[in-house]
Amino acid sequence: MTISPADSDKILQCPLEGIITLRRLNLYYGDFHALMEVNAAFQQQSITALIGPSGCGKSTLLRTLNRMNDLIPGIRITGEVVIDGQDIYTPGVDLTQLRKKVGMVFQRPNPFPLSIYDNVVYGPRLHGRPGRRELENLLEHSLSSVQLWDEVKDRLQTPALALTEEQQQRLCIARLLAVEPEILLMDEPCSALDPLATLRIEELMRELKKLYTIIIVTHNMQQAARVSDDTGFMYLGDLVEFGDTGQIFTRPRDTRTEDYITGKYG
Amino acid sequence: MDQGKFVERVLFLLALSSISSLVVITVFIFLEGLPLIFQTGLTDFIFSSHWAPTKGHFGIGAMIVSSLLVTLGAMVLGVPLGLACAIVLAEFSSARVRAFLKPTLELLAGIPSVVYGFLGVIWLVPLIRNYLGGPGLSLLAAAVILGIMILPTVISISIDALTAVPDIYRDGSIALGATEWQTVRRVVLPAASSGIITAVILGMGRAVGETMAVIMVAGNAIKLPASILDPVRTLTSNIALELGYAAGRHREALFATGIVLFVIIMILNLSATLITRRR
Repeated sequence: MTISPADSDKILQCPLEGIITLRRLNLYYGDFHALMEVNAAFQQQSITALIGPSGCGKSTLLRTLNRMNDLIPGIRITGEVVIDGQDIYTPGVDLTQLRKKVGMVFQRPNPFPLSIYDNVVYGPRLHGRPGRRELENLLEHSLSSVQLWDEVKDRLQTPALALTEEQQQRLCIARLLAVEPEILLMDEPCSALDPLATLRIEELMRELKKLYTIIIVTHNMQQAARVSDDTGFMYLGDLVEFGDTGQIFTRPRDTRTEDYITGKYG
Repeated sequence: MDQGKFVERVLFLLALSSISSLVVITVFIFLEGLPLIFQTGLTDFIFSSHWAPTKGHFGIGAMIVSSLLVTLGAMVLGVPLGLACAIVLAEFSSARVRAFLKPTLELLAGIPSVVYGFLGVIWLVPLIRNYLGGPGLSLLAAAVILGIMILPTVISISIDALTAVPDIYRDGSIALGATEWQTVRRVVLPAASSGIITAVILGMGRAVGETMAVIMVAGNAIKLPASILDPVRTLTSNIALELGYAAGRHREALFATGIVLFVIIMILNLSATLITRRR
């Protein structure tokens, strides 16, 4: 890839290829230019954090990766988002397959108003007709992966909404794991949780990293520093700086990044 | 006494008077009707189909069955149609289309029932008579007309129930790879189920209680229908048709019919309230 004049002011130390590679990605909400010439590469089996002040476009960027922005009227996207070697914005891409591969955890835990059991088997049932045994294996495996199995195994038929917020968020992650994704997108997954629950979810993320690629959007800089391998700092739709988390937080190269992480704004 | 307190008192009195008029009506109906039910015997009154009020036979069985069948028919036609309409408007239409169509559908509720009946008589009844046979004035005609009349109730309340389902559920489902239809069927409809059941029950209440349109198209024969093409007389029709010339025990029997209606509709409304509150 050649560096065009438009992104010559961006400081990119990351490799230019990853399991997800963004090339000159632009996104417009109507007339509003929400993402500007974003180039980035997200590495497999690592955690990448996207940080930046509110409205900088980090959630928007996250939602381009599983095409959740498609639901918004008046949206326009140019550039490439290549996942596993395929540009997901080429016509004819199977959105179902894409979203199976690239799962998402939301800001507010959103288990469906169904039983715990029905929440976990929701995805597998969408994509096929799994047998009873298969579902039970998936159920135990997914819930164990998020360390929820022991807490809920005796009450799988109770409503998911009766769980605590933290348990609900774990359940949402388990629901995702049940469709066997490769990439987990997390949009401020801890913003509704207390500090201890936040730490436990971060612990879980480190565990999940061994098998999955995780991209997390967070308002919480300490969280990004604690949990991520790579960090991208966004400002007004621009991916200002992208690289190794340690470097970004100790020796940022852009003054905007430095001002943000030292708390001068944001 | 300051002005605010005074206004409050006046409003309280007005509220009290409207509630007490409801109580008075209820008490009056029961006072007028209950003695006859006791004299005839509740089982005879409800299960006998022999209605010859001038000769002392007061059995409203056929009319109860007819009312229930007409209502059931209206539900069979109106609920799928109304629910489908609500799903399309709430889930698959742009906000602009919804903003135009929902008030339009609610306008249907404002059409006087005699107009529905009139349309039924000049359009639906001949259609049934010519193509399906029978006199045309029939259970089927009443069910079709009522099925259309309950649409605004079913659609409007169902749309409210569907739009009340938070978007985070839809997002969660779509993000798992579900299509919009899968999302509606597996998440949104279950989440909205209590509201939709309420819509159906209130639609039923409307169908059971409707009088004018039914009188005009149902044929009003007092017998148990053998087919959907037979004429039937519902509880409401019976009261409206006979009250003009009824006297004495006959008049009491009509009030007793009113009690049965009252109880049916009470049960429906109460269950709607309970189901809504359960969430």
